[in-house]
Amino acid sequence: MRTPLGQVRGLGAAKSGTEHFWVQRLTAVANLPLTLVFVGVVISLAGSSHAGATATLGNPWIAILMLLFVLSGVVHMKIGMQVIIEDYVHHDLCKLLALMANTFFAIVIGLAAAFALLKISFGV
Amino acid sequence: MDSGKAAANRPLSPHLQIYRPMLSMIMSIVHRITGAALYFGTALIVIWLVSAAAGPSAFAAVQSIYGSFLGQLVLFGYTWALVHHAIGGIRHLIWDVGRGFGPERELLYRLSLGGSIVLTIVIWIVGYALKGAAG
Repeated sequence: MRTPLGQVRGLGAAKSGTEHFWVQRLTAVANLPLTLVFVGVVISLAGSSHAGATATLGNPWIAILMLLFVLSGVVHMKIGMQVIIEDYVHHDLCKLLALMANTFFAIVIGLAAAFALLKISFGV
Repeated sequence: MDSGKAAANRPLSPHLQIYRPMLSMIMSIVHRITGAALYFGTALIVIWLVSAAAGPSAFAAVQSIYGSFLGQLVLFGYTWALVHHAIGGIRHLIWDVGRGFGPERELLYRLSLGGSIVLTIVIWIVGYALKGAAG
């Protein structure tokens, strides 16, 4: 006899429990103050020269907050887009490819932003 | 589990187009649309950061594209999407702790929609006022 318990034990089709829900909320809360910092930094650099922008972005306090924003933001957007894909893409292969592309995109965005910020900070 | 035939015979629930559009459903779908827009918009931020890391000429090129009319239009839309999604996120966090489901729900929607527009305009006014301040 099979009961629904067996599916729960195997974590069902999603292969995970409420972790995504929790991480989405955790990063959402982190994103709120970090977004304020990000918007402040960006508008202060509107029309700025290269020297002005790198001086601001290279400030350790600002760079650390920007790196935190990149980390939290990338995780938030990756699992957010995953939900959208799982909701609307029903063809198995298309879904698999879309989920892979989503992961790749998030990693490229996160790594490129982090590398740029570190390079500006360390100035090499 | 059900066979395909049994599934086909089951009655279907009415789909989206049968409902009168309401602020709640519009705000819900806009939250998702702004989230998706922000997702792709991160590429704009990364291009800007990498150009700053690459050097003065690359940065000047990106600044002039972003400073053009079209660039400013896209960035204005991006700002609104960011603010709207952030305020919508606060609304969701309020719901997550079990509050805001009473008659105040409608007020929450109106506040977040109005607030997102006002805040976006304020951000841009401050941005233009500070233009070039960092040198």
